[in-house]
Amino acid sequence: MKNRNATKPRNYPLSELQSHNPDHVLEIVLETVLQFLTSRRDRNAASLVCKSWWRTDALTRSELFISNCYAISPRRVVSRFSRILSVTIKGKPRLADFDMLPADWGAHFSQWLTAFSTAYPWLEKVHLKRMSVTDDDLSLLGDSFAAFKELVLVSCEGFGTPGLAAVATKCRLLRVLDLEESLVDINVSDYSGIVDWISCFPEGETHLESLVFDSVFSPINLEALEKLVARSPSLKRLRVNGHVKIFHLYRLMHIAPHLTDLGTGSFDVPEDTEDDELVFESPFAASKSLVCLSGFRDILPEYLPDIYPVCGNLTFLDFQYADIIDTDQIKSVVSRCHKLQTLWVRDAIFDEGLQVVAQTCKDLRELRVYHLHASDGVEAPVSEVGLEAISRGCRKLQYIMFFCQRMTNAAVVALSRNCPNLVVFRLCIIGRYMPDALTQPPMDEGVGAIVMNCKKLTRLDVSGFLTDRAFSYIGKYGKLIRTLSVNFAGDTDLGLKNVLQGCTNLQKLEIRDGPFGDGALCCGLQHFYNMRFLWMSSCKVTRQACQAIAQTLPHLVLEVINTAQDPVDDVELLYMYRSLDKPRDDAPKLVTVLH
Amino acid sequence: MWQRSHKCSLEEEKKLELRLGPPGEEDSYNEKSMKNVKKERDESQPSCTNLTNKSQKRNATSPVVGWPPIRSCRKNIASGSSSKPLTESQHVGQEKVATSNKPISNSGKDLFVKINMDGVPIGRKVDINAYDSYEKLSSAVDDLFRGLLEAEINLSDNNKQEEDKGIMMKGSLIGSGEYTLVYEDNEGDKMLVGDVPWHMFVSTVKRVRVSKSSDLPAFNPGSKKD
Repeated sequence: MKNRNATKPRNYPLSELQSHNPDHVLEIVLETVLQFLTSRRDRNAASLVCKSWWRTDALTRSELFISNCYAISPRRVVSRFSRILSVTIKGKPRLADFDMLPADWGAHFSQWLTAFSTAYPWLEKVHLKRMSVTDDDLSLLGDSFAAFKELVLVSCEGFGTPGLAAVATKCRLLRVLDLEESLVDINVSDYSGIVDWISCFPEGETHLESLVFDSVFSPINLEALEKLVARSPSLKRLRVNGHVKIFHLYRLMHIAPHLTDLGTGSFDVPEDTEDDELVFESPFAASKSLVCLSGFRDILPEYLPDIYPVCGNLTFLDFQYADIIDTDQIKSVVSRCHKLQTLWVRDAIFDEGLQVVAQTCKDLRELRVYHLHASDGVEAPVSEVGLEAISRGCRKLQYIMFFCQRMTNAAVVALSRNCPNLVVFRLCIIGRYMPDALTQPPMDEGVGAIVMNCKKLTRLDVSGFLTDRAFSYIGKYGKLIRTLSVNFAGDTDLGLKNVLQGCTNLQKLEIRDGPFGDGALCCGLQHFYNMRFLWMSSCKVTRQACQAIAQTLPHLVLEVINTAQDPVDDVELLYMYRSLDKPRDDAPKLVTVLH
Repeated sequence: MWQRSHKCSLEEEKKLELRLGPPGEEDSYNEKSMKNVKKERDESQPSCTNLTNKSQKRNATSPVVGWPPIRSCRKNIASGSSSKPLTESQHVGQEKVATSNKPISNSGKDLFVKINMDGVPIGRKVDINAYDSYEKLSSAVDDLFRGLLEAEINLSDNNKQEEDKGIMMKGSLIGSGEYTLVYEDNEGDKMLVGDVPWHMFVSTVKRVRVSKSSDLPAFNPGSKKD
């Protein structure tokens, strides 16, 4: 059968149209029109209109998005959609990133790959998030898809350099290989078993446009990397790991002067560097195309001035790993970044550094202030002062994530007024149950102001001392909220009840260490089928309630974890999600799947 | 203070002002809610009726899994020692290399000399001006090389091993007398570190070597350095 590129509309000669009956013509018209629908939400809506629209969507959809790998079986997916070219699958819930799930929890890619390898031989793109992927999977992937172009693995684990070597060897048309925050299996004490995967790319010109391996902590064959970059004329994005030192980084930049996105690796010199070897001509001055900069995993401050020439062009700067430079050095960089739209930085920036950001980065859309170490010995490097400064200076802000040790309602309220376009608000006050640092009441009013004033808000992540009042605000005004995370907050069941009944668009709800129990949980029965998942850990939900809900709602899966020795009523972790599949059989022993 | 407006239809909201409950109710409300929340919690803290005390007391709890939400790979990625201070001046574990060729941005006068150790092929550089006595220099060199020596023994060429710091060799290398610091001055002479006053040492030192004391018959092993 002819391989049809589903994104290109078919051409129907007029004679063919005239000779068919009207119904068939309608189908052809529908097919042609639907091919212009690319957004998955639009397509989902279209497929619900009637059976023929459903059929047509199934025939023409080329991008598959599976938000929960356990919500549906691979078999059912491949039987519905026949011409998929791109697949995105998400596995573990987000809090797995913080060690809150057992290591062997699941989310295996293998069963999906098996289904795809026979059903979609022309698959081009695979994007996985928080899935478990093995070397064998990667090898099978390379064998199964002759036209494979793009592999993106975000927060995945289970594979090592042999798997990467298989991809490099077998996927001859590869354009994108991105390994973001993925734990690559490497024996760090002696690097045994490391495969030189960089050398496995085919000879001759490659199609590579993006190569990201900053989280792969293994030594790299630097010579092979240089040769690879030299024969990849389309390469625009290159993020190397910490084994690449400045000397080699600069050589790579000279070889690839048209890079738009660079991850600098360590930004350090090798240990045995002699004095006279340390004169490097910085290629940053000559770079006209660089707009995204990241890396700096082991930064040598003396080289920081090298990047000054490109700062004025940068729209994205990830400085979160630059952990031995001080505030002044961070300021020296950000004060030059007039066009910056996204900044990820450590709280070592201090409030005064945030003030510099506020003065300089008038175009800022996204700010993330990370906290790297549990105890830095410095109290409150960033606080309400910095947040308020940002709110006054960066009016276009849409996304803020802020780790801090102290915060006030007034600052959060100011943010809600100065930055009404906020879509994402994530505040992590590190000390638990922290009230307003200045005036001591709960942080309710700040949260309330955010949901009231930021009318486009879709994601909210709250912490600090919050009472039922905060949740009543969220339920009343947070009508667009799709993702809500609640950490160590809440008063009574009323809080959760207000959220479940009020937030009509809620898709993902994460609650950890809250006082909410069965009563609150049962208030959401009407809503659970509309949600992607619910996570409740260290709350007051009992096993009986979970069992009852599982029996009441047949398409809901409740996964319960309890590690306590004595049989207790309260479950430690409830992970609940809708599913059209039978309950999974690959759960570890700790997990009980109720259905 | 904030006042809650009574007509709260969304279309008419211009400026929203919020009110915290009636005066006087707050403290007992908070106290009650604190008790609700704190009941049967694992992180047992003294019941905190006084909310005006600084945050530190309430934070002094048993560590909780996944809080604060920092990815473990992020903690590992911060290479070098895991307890990195925020300011560079406190940073001792892995001295960073600087060279006289590169302009140093704002760290004042630095005097970097190369230090080599017997049995370790890779030398390090130290900013002599960061110390003001032989003792401090000696202990810094100890810290520097202990990890390296351990790594050599493990036949590994990766210097950034945080886990090795946990199994460090007992006792100091130099204090025990097993190793001795020698240096080469600006006239090319080999000298024992500690022979001259500190400021003279700083102005004449060119490179330093950590030698096994048994290899230096001319020097008195275990000689004190001030």
